[in-house]
Amino acid sequence: MAEATHEEVHRHPAPTGFIRKYIFSIDHKVIGIQYILLALAAVLVGMIMSVLMRVNLSWPGTHIKILETLFPQGAPGGVMSPEFYLSLVTMHGTIMVFFVLTTAPQGGFGNYFLPIQIGADDMAFPYLNMLSFWVTFVGFIVILLAIFAEGNATVGGWFTALGASWAGGSGTVGPIGGWTGYAPLSALGKIAGPGQGAGVNLWIISVAIFCVGSLLGALNFITTLLNMRAPGMSLMRMPLTCWAWFTTAVLALLSFPVLLGGGILLMLDRMVGTSFFIPGGLYVSGSTVPLHTGGSPLLWQHLFWFFGHPEVYIAIVPGMGATSHILSTFARKPVFGYRAMVFAIFAIGMLGFFVWGHHMFMSGMSPYSAIAFSVLTLSIGVPSAIKTFNWIGTLWGARIRFTTPMLFAIGFVSLFVAGGITGLVLGQTSLDFFFHDTYFVTAHFHLVMGVASIFGMFAATYFWFPKMFGRMMNEGLGKVHFWITFVGVYAIFIPFHAMGLLGMPRRYARFDEYEFLKNSKGLVLFVTIAAIITVIAQLIFYFNFFVSIWKGAKAGDNPWEATTLEWGIPSPPPHDNFAGIVPVVHHGPYEFSVPGAPNDFIMQTDPEGISVHADSGGVSGNGGNGHRH
Amino acid sequence: MGRLLGIVIWGITIASVWMFVSGKWWFPASISEHGGRVDSQFMITIIVVGISFTAAQVGLGWVVWKFRDNADKQRATYSHGNNRLEVVWTVVTAVIFISLGIMGQRVWASLHLHNAPPGSLQVEVVAQQFSWNFHYAGKDKAFGRTDPNLIDDSALNYVGIDETDPNAKDDAVVSTLVIPANRPVELILRSKDVTHSFFVPQLRFKQDLVPGMNIRVHFTANRVGKYELACAELCGMNHYKMKSFMLVLPENEFSELVTMPQDKFQARTAELMAKYQLPTY
Repeated sequence: MAEATHEEVHRHPAPTGFIRKYIFSIDHKVIGIQYILLALAAVLVGMIMSVLMRVNLSWPGTHIKILETLFPQGAPGGVMSPEFYLSLVTMHGTIMVFFVLTTAPQGGFGNYFLPIQIGADDMAFPYLNMLSFWVTFVGFIVILLAIFAEGNATVGGWFTALGASWAGGSGTVGPIGGWTGYAPLSALGKIAGPGQGAGVNLWIISVAIFCVGSLLGALNFITTLLNMRAPGMSLMRMPLTCWAWFTTAVLALLSFPVLLGGGILLMLDRMVGTSFFIPGGLYVSGSTVPLHTGGSPLLWQHLFWFFGHPEVYIAIVPGMGATSHILSTFARKPVFGYRAMVFAIFAIGMLGFFVWGHHMFMSGMSPYSAIAFSVLTLSIGVPSAIKTFNWIGTLWGARIRFTTPMLFAIGFVSLFVAGGITGLVLGQTSLDFFFHDTYFVTAHFHLVMGVASIFGMFAATYFWFPKMFGRMMNEGLGKVHFWITFVGVYAIFIPFHAMGLLGMPRRYARFDEYEFLKNSKGLVLFVTIAAIITVIAQLIFYFNFFVSIWKGAKAGDNPWEATTLEWGIPSPPPHDNFAGIVPVVHHGPYEFSVPGAPNDFIMQTDPEGISVHADSGGVSGNGGNGHRH
Repeated sequence: MGRLLGIVIWGITIASVWMFVSGKWWFPASISEHGGRVDSQFMITIIVVGISFTAAQVGLGWVVWKFRDNADKQRATYSHGNNRLEVVWTVVTAVIFISLGIMGQRVWASLHLHNAPPGSLQVEVVAQQFSWNFHYAGKDKAFGRTDPNLIDDSALNYVGIDETDPNAKDDAVVSTLVIPANRPVELILRSKDVTHSFFVPQLRFKQDLVPGMNIRVHFTANRVGKYELACAELCGMNHYKMKSFMLVLPENEFSELVTMPQDKFQARTAELMAKYQLPTY
């Protein structure tokens, strides 16, 4: 690899006006923080929705005063209707997957730290970067609008005026088709049920806008990483975080356009009478559906999952990167098997494009393709196991410092194993005869793409907060937050497996219709209580985060004694990151506890060439010997 | 802190494993020929999963216990990894996981890669938002012609039977699935409106009903009784109560029932529904 960049350094002055500095900023660091704040807002909405769902499942018929005030139609007397519950399911999933799990890990931390970690002064296309965020922000506003377009009669009325397919005000808080929006339920409009008018339209528009934002972001990440690395920053000297963000960007680049295309086709089916997903001869709510013919509901599923499966890796891969990085830092040890980690992360990403059909075993798809998808799915377990082994290998022989970010990183490993391993069950066609669309699935993906990813982000937040804001988060509060959350998420999601074993279908507003579910009452209640406690514990995090921005203890440049480039510059970094000096990289990213070195860490930019021989620990190391590749 | 974390991880591991082995929450007993094979494939899988899960968590708990920084100023082991270990664990997991994946196709292949055996009972299943219709061919064993344009719920023609077709004369459309025990059954699955999914937990069987498609599946139930049939694909507001029953009858009771005309069929089904009880859970 030739030296990556050596262009003329010209310093951009920092913007002075409030708007250019904090709102329409082109500084990747400000944009990163904007993404993180967006995710913090979105996750609050998503969590409130999950608590409401749990309340409905455990105590159906509960009067919730605020619901009555806000949504007199969907929750008459403050009691949720089944369709209100389903719209919560849909919106919880959509908001969490898109606006939390895709924004914070990549748009947030990736934006802030990828350029710094490779020694660049900003993203390749700063204006595009600003545009990515603001496009995503508009997407978020649109999804919030869906809540009121369906939930509020007045707002619904405004949309109804736009035409038949826009009818709103049906008393839900959005569409009722789940985050997967399966056609034709999502394509037929109002006749298919409440929430399927303006709610679905706004849902599609929001998701489409989000796709555009993510696509622009992905282009920027890939270009920046390939073209703007500092001298000496060979690909194999990049921190694993950068590999993770790069892989994620490739996934986003290849998968979001497919969802965008699917969304546009779905919109056309709804608004102009095309039939991409609507077959002929339908009879809905007491009358035949005229005009449509020849569409395929399975086409939507293929398009959706071609995006949807890579999307789960988009959510978790940055967490893998952050975890590897943080484990190494606080283990005071190099990452075990750096090269294997790079290959594994890329293998997971690429294999992720060949397994989408495992969401569709029961869909009526060819049983032969199901077999191919199934075997490929099980093979993703291999790179996932490699990562787990290497994480444990990194901790082996370590001198672990149990800081809050380290606790969350270790929690990530535990949760990734717990959630990922049940993929061995769900990936098998024969077992999905029973488990498909049961709570076993809900358990699996919440643990692995939900909370494991979130643990990666908590670890990242506690770890990089001092760099971002120049102040430390409170360690004591951080630890309380960790313990409650770690035990809490297990208490919520392990019992989901037991519900799955009983055969409990997901997306049911109530469970009391079926005798075979009657043994689940205790479990459901247990989960509800655990969920409420865990959600309340997140207030500790919000408090710690926002108070520490202004009141936290001052952080030095390198409070964790870490090695990568961001720790060699002030906290918070200046506008152009390296103050006009192009850093030169001399070492691999994880040179901890090098024998003979004066400290137990060697910064990547440290020109002192403590000779580190690759043979001191096996050739799978990342070659910290100072040679360019 | 390292010790505490180790103990908490082990505690969570024990609690999680207990959830699976306590027997308090388990599949309802299987009532189909392939169900036992699904269950034993699950047992094999869950043993592999359980061992891997426990080994990884116990290992993780152990390293955080053992390798905590106890302030004795010693440095961590300097190591960039070990290629031999990488190869070993890659090969071992690949062999185990992919073998499991191949084994996991057996029941699937035995049901889905073959047509229904000759002599199977055929039932057309037509799902619609929040109810099920089961169309029987009657004495002549030939289904009357159906046409979606003839569907009219208000006239009780739920599946669009063409009354002018002579084959339709003895057809019955009922809201409970009635099948014989120990005889292969072929379901022809359709949906009138949105995607639904046919799920009887005891049968270890699930299949989506997709509008615009005729999906043919087959299985053999081998235990007489009454079982709940649920919809397992989100289909709209009342998805959670899109419920019906599957009655598995002894051959004599079944063959008597299946030749009855519509009204008698319905009345007799109601009697049989009262005769058989749901399994106790």
